[in-house]
Amino acid sequence: MAEIMNNGFVRWFDRRLPILSWTNHHLIDYPAPRNLNYMWNFGSLAGLALVIQIVTGIVLSMHYTPHADMAFDSVERIMRDVEYGWLMRYAHANGASFFFIVVYLHVFRGLYYGSYKAPREVLWWIGLVILLAMMATAFMGYVLPWGQMSYWAATVITNLLSALPVIGEALVGWVWGGFSVDNPTLVRFYALHFLLPFVIVGLVGLHLWALHHTKSGNPLGIDTTGPQDSIRFHPYYTIKDAFGAGMFLLIFAVFLFYAPNYLGHPDNYIPADPLKTPAHIVPEWYFLPFYAILRAIPSKLGGAIAMALSIGILFLLPWLDTSRVRSATFRPVFRWFFWILVIDIIVLGVVGANPPEGAWIDIGRIATAWYFLHFLILLPLIGWFERPRPLPSSIASAVLDGSGPASARRGER
Amino acid sequence: MAGGIFMARPEEAPEQDIRDFLVMAEHTLDAHEVDRRDFLCVATVGVTAVGAGFASWPLIAQWGAAADVLALATIEVDLAPVAEGQQITVNWRGKPVFIRHRTAEEIAAARDVDMDDLKDPQPDSERALRPEWLIMVGVCTHLGCVPLGNQGEYNGWFCPCHGSHYDTSGRIRKGPAPENLGIPDYVFTDDTTVVIG
Repeated sequence: MAEIMNNGFVRWFDRRLPILSWTNHHLIDYPAPRNLNYMWNFGSLAGLALVIQIVTGIVLSMHYTPHADMAFDSVERIMRDVEYGWLMRYAHANGASFFFIVVYLHVFRGLYYGSYKAPREVLWWIGLVILLAMMATAFMGYVLPWGQMSYWAATVITNLLSALPVIGEALVGWVWGGFSVDNPTLVRFYALHFLLPFVIVGLVGLHLWALHHTKSGNPLGIDTTGPQDSIRFHPYYTIKDAFGAGMFLLIFAVFLFYAPNYLGHPDNYIPADPLKTPAHIVPEWYFLPFYAILRAIPSKLGGAIAMALSIGILFLLPWLDTSRVRSATFRPVFRWFFWILVIDIIVLGVVGANPPEGAWIDIGRIATAWYFLHFLILLPLIGWFERPRPLPSSIASAVLDGSGPASARRGER
Repeated sequence: MAGGIFMARPEEAPEQDIRDFLVMAEHTLDAHEVDRRDFLCVATVGVTAVGAGFASWPLIAQWGAAADVLALATIEVDLAPVAEGQQITVNWRGKPVFIRHRTAEEIAAARDVDMDDLKDPQPDSERALRPEWLIMVGVCTHLGCVPLGNQGEYNGWFCPCHGSHYDTSGRIRKGPAPENLGIPDYVFTDDTTVVIG
């Protein structure tokens, strides 16, 4: 970087548009905590997944026909006739799943290391808004092939709005553009599915702005105290992110080329039929825990509210978690409950994948109750009663003299 | 980084190609000491570039003609209803194809031409498998307009866009077009059926 700035033209240009100094400031000389572990890879991986979705999505939009009578056939044409259309569509469909995988890991990283705590509350909020925008985008994208699962997902999800008192019915009719999910619904979902990813790009910009203003957290959860705690972003984290991207693409390729339909549902290869619901409808895997929460409440409005709150309460997390220690590394009680929460969410996912019968109903209700208990009751209490382990004086001292997280855990046992 | 994996140790000389690489790299990298990091950097960027190249191919290829488009590239035309002196226009690959049942006079006019008078010399016999059937792509070779039949100074086709005159064999005789009207590949499967494409 320094060498290129010796060039007179480059200096002249940079004084007028400081794109090179900006890049240098944010991606090259940018000081990052020296102790970031691989859990800090998932932000850049989410960015990579977003780029893959946008590139493959724009390609698909050039071959897809957004019309109820032609959408299904146009998708099959993409699969069979368009050059590499199968690759584009499988990359887009599996790319959505992989986007959610890395984003969920990114969120769990935030939950474990207290990334939502001061001064990063707004950064956390923007991340949650991105997650909601992703969910809306993924849902509307799933409708576009106009298969049986597409159609009935659209019907079930839009009908959630009808749970709202007074305005519910009118609101659903407005969203449908008619008396049921039909062509007008499909076309508006297509337009929004195209628009929202670019809204997400803008939100990612805000997310990174907030990140570079408050600086990255780190596994110790303590602030950097000086230059000895930081290393340059390039080459240390560019190469670490690049390695992570290679691993991500490797696993992505396994699904893409060897199990492209593993994460999908075969019924979506049946054209939409408004007169016949498939026997067992389930959402895509990334919605299953929320779907389980929806079904756990034996009330139409109650279920919809609980599902909305399951993400809504995360906005309050910076205040629900009363502990001032960020990293779970130094929180012996919280750490247990974190892993119980992870298991609880996985259980909710399994419940969501199974029909709402027999024991699944009770398991779903217990897991739902635990989810809210964790955030609303346990987190505030743990913060008050837990005695955190002593924090190291600085990142450098923890990394260099061996009082880091690994030894902290060993000491505890 | 001095003494990285590719630095020669006194007791074991590096392979010749590594030495060559070092010489080349030193020239390109401003003659600073080439170390392991330089090698890793070049290798990483190289592998990434190759991967990006492979990944971009499907993104480029998807714009090409799809299988269903290629499958419709051949058409079959029934010639029985086309009387002598008549011309029909059929759609082939999204373009007009003129099929003209030529009269004896038109054939004679097309054959009685000195090759030296032609801008794009080609005997009529090369332009029609069967003299009575002239089959050509009805797209002016100038800028792609569709010429009008039975018009122009040579009683063949005349392009209204920029005034190109074609004769009864569809050859350019006057005007800005550089070449004769194109002849598609076609075969007669029987006396009244032609397959174009």
